[in-house]
Amino acid sequence: MAIATEQQEGVSLLLRINGAPRRLALDPRTTLLDALREHLRLTGAKKGCDHGQCGACTVHVNGRRVLSCLTLAVAAQGKEITTIEGLAHGDVLHPVQQAFLDRDGFQCGYCTPGQIMSAVALLGEPCGPNDDDVRECMSGNLCRCGAYPNIVAAIQDVRATGA
Amino acid sequence: MTTPHVDPVGGIVGTPINRVDGALKVTGRAMYSEFPLDNLAHGVMVQSTVAKGTIVQTDTSAASRVPGVITILTTDNAPKLESLQKYEHEQGAAAYGTGAGRPTGRTLSLLQNKHVHYNGQPIALVIAESFEAATQAAALVRVTYRQEKPAVDFDAALASAYPYPAKIFGHEPPATRRGDLEAGLAAAEVRIDRVYTTPLETHNPMEMHATIAAWDGDRVTLWDSTQNVYGVRGVIAKALSIAEDHVRVISHFIGGAFGGKGSPWSHVVLAVMAAREVGRPVKIALTRRQMFGPVGGRPHTVQQVTLGAKRDGTLTALRHDATASTSAMDEWLETCVLATRMLYECPNQATSHNIVRLNLGTPTYMRAPGEATGLFALESALDELAYELDMDPIALRLKNYADADPETGKPWSSKSLRECYSLGAKHFGWARRNPKPRSMEDGEQLVGWGMATATYPARRMPASAVACIYPDARVVIKAASHDLGTGTYTVLTQLAADAIGVSIDAIEVQLGDTNLPRNPLSAGSMTVGSTGSAVHLAATAAREQLVQLAVTDPESRLHGTKHDDVRIRNGCLTVVGHPERNESIQELLARHAGQPIEGQGESRPGDETQQYAMHSFGAVFAEVRVDRDLGTVRVSRIVGTYAAGRVLNPKTARSQMLGGITFGLGMALMEHTLTDHRNGRYLNADLAEYHIPVHADIPSIEVHFVDERDDHVNPIGAKGIGEIPMTGVAPAIANAVYHATGVRIRDLPITLDKLLQG
Repeated sequence: MAIATEQQEGVSLLLRINGAPRRLALDPRTTLLDALREHLRLTGAKKGCDHGQCGACTVHVNGRRVLSCLTLAVAAQGKEITTIEGLAHGDVLHPVQQAFLDRDGFQCGYCTPGQIMSAVALLGEPCGPNDDDVRECMSGNLCRCGAYPNIVAAIQDVRATGA
Repeated sequence: MTTPHVDPVGGIVGTPINRVDGALKVTGRAMYSEFPLDNLAHGVMVQSTVAKGTIVQTDTSAASRVPGVITILTTDNAPKLESLQKYEHEQGAAAYGTGAGRPTGRTLSLLQNKHVHYNGQPIALVIAESFEAATQAAALVRVTYRQEKPAVDFDAALASAYPYPAKIFGHEPPATRRGDLEAGLAAAEVRIDRVYTTPLETHNPMEMHATIAAWDGDRVTLWDSTQNVYGVRGVIAKALSIAEDHVRVISHFIGGAFGGKGSPWSHVVLAVMAAREVGRPVKIALTRRQMFGPVGGRPHTVQQVTLGAKRDGTLTALRHDATASTSAMDEWLETCVLATRMLYECPNQATSHNIVRLNLGTPTYMRAPGEATGLFALESALDELAYELDMDPIALRLKNYADADPETGKPWSSKSLRECYSLGAKHFGWARRNPKPRSMEDGEQLVGWGMATATYPARRMPASAVACIYPDARVVIKAASHDLGTGTYTVLTQLAADAIGVSIDAIEVQLGDTNLPRNPLSAGSMTVGSTGSAVHLAATAAREQLVQLAVTDPESRLHGTKHDDVRIRNGCLTVVGHPERNESIQELLARHAGQPIEGQGESRPGDETQQYAMHSFGAVFAEVRVDRDLGTVRVSRIVGTYAAGRVLNPKTARSQMLGGITFGLGMALMEHTLTDHRNGRYLNADLAEYHIPVHADIPSIEVHFVDERDDHVNPIGAKGIGEIPMTGVAPAIANAVYHATGVRIRDLPITLDKLLQG
């Protein structure tokens, strides 16, 4: 019955999210994505498939882009987790957020947090210089509204300014 | 009837401002149907595992023992909905039809009976403390069925097709004839007779459907991912036999919809039923797999197109017969041939719509429903005719250009299709095209160029709005429309800013809430024409009240001025030619007891629908590269040119066109919902197997708008652009593939297996 008890009452865990410690009691099966959305009210990371197929749930774990729907919350303990809510400095948007806004790199906005978290991580990855390189590196982030050309333009704007 | 027009001097309409809701979206603060409520319980639907039959037993014993389960609703214990019981009792077998009169519109699966009509039908609902517990328990519900043999194979079921039995949209005949088709065919010097097919497709917006329902006494609030808050309210009220004003539906942000969220599906009503049963808020968020079946999709179509023409390209006969799949529950129609009736001048024509019932989920509107599929057939057939005639495909279309609506004889409210062809051809470089198939190569790649016409109707529905101007000069616009990513918040802000004479920063637009004035569903490219017109009228009415206040107020520096001589810019009223006679909105309203000004706007279709045929038009040009050995198809370039009346915001409009073209590229090359013909199971019900375009699939896309003024279509002269970029893309790509390879693919999607067999 130990497992059943844990499922009902939860396991205790400590997550570091956007620089702040957050203590939780969770069903051990809870994904990092559901921990954020359902238990911490951080709904910026989106659930688009829950299977690691769409990228909408992308967050940073220790500075690298990670699919939070394929990460168990318990496995994220002791790591630095950054979500879209932690990207801007107060009212000052991250340059990638601003570029998405200026280039209209979204429509419905649901894939957008994931696209932006992927794009920010991409800036530090060995991605080639061309539009096609960016397209390749961003192909794990689906957008059904079809904002792709504007997203690529936004990322290239930021890379051009070296931000 | 004269219609007031947008003040051209105001200047913010027509400019490419950033989305006003953009900051919320890029920071993750935009709230979709994910409102965190206290004490929220989670519902997970159990779905049928057979496609046709009757439930014999639902065993919930194992599921009930899962820690955290609150209750499980089944066909044995779910609350009876009197409205539905009464309807089905009265209608008997006829309960499965067009849905006219049914409390829920289409047939929903609300656990009221034990019939199973498709694989994946909701047949029970687990409600638990957590999503994890509900998911586990749902997997443990054991259902036994008395099975019957389902009809799932579209081709095999075609023998049972029958003519669509009702008027389309309540007024369009399902089948038409004009002139003498047989005589037209006899007079033809060249004939084309071809069959085109399109598969089941699934909307797959990035946000899955989700509903949160919370009761407070005898009132219920829904946070629902919907394009139609008033429509959801009506269905909930009717299904539960409660007053409409006891239901509030909120949908501030929608994570994509594409028609699939235009009417409520089973889970929406189930959430409301469940929340009442357990006495606390319930959230049902569908899984991606549950997006295949229970919430609609584009049906299968098979379309026969017969063209007869003179040697010079003049069409003498045009026949288009379409058969589309529907479900065993509802007669839903994909309106494939409507565009054929209006697009080309042809004296002799016959069109028809037929349907065939399958044991699959009921289809629904999916971006450019009817036009996207119908134009694939028609525009492919015209390309085939152009080759038979050895004629340029644009020249063939111009030869049969319709200067008035061929079906009704009505003049167009505006039509700039000629300009679309020429502008697109220029930007694409069409003049350099050698029409011979396989005439262009680039290494291992066969290169092809194709084009097609795009069109979509400019419709509108009754809409209402309120514009409030507060003493601090803040303006609030209220209308229960929706922003699906289409830019509604932004363009309504622009319209209101110009109509009143304030900056966009002063304006807050409120949408997506049945506490706001009634508006139609946001679909069919109607939002700007409907809600945009209502907002324009409301804001104009509010401005008139401001001016009236100023010119009749002895304390105002504008006192005694004629209305027409007052200008409002940036929230400041001035008299034309007398800049010193000015007053800010704050100053003016400060003397009126701090009362806000409230302007009402009502917009409804008027005489223009009797006098004019109203459509947007466009032309799509595509370049494809097909691997000579492997048959892989890549689109390397697309140019789309559109004439859609006034473009309210070139930035968001361009984005919408990019998105529609991308959706069309998916239709052309990838999208195909596969079913197992033995048991009706959806085989590729996830985003790894149901392919939609990704970043790497989307090349350079060029979008151009033809400058077009339309004084008839509605008060703001904008025709709506949500669907037109979806039309014409699949045939342009199919025609380019033929040009590249000499292989004509008449069955979407165009995949390498079909090309290698060709």
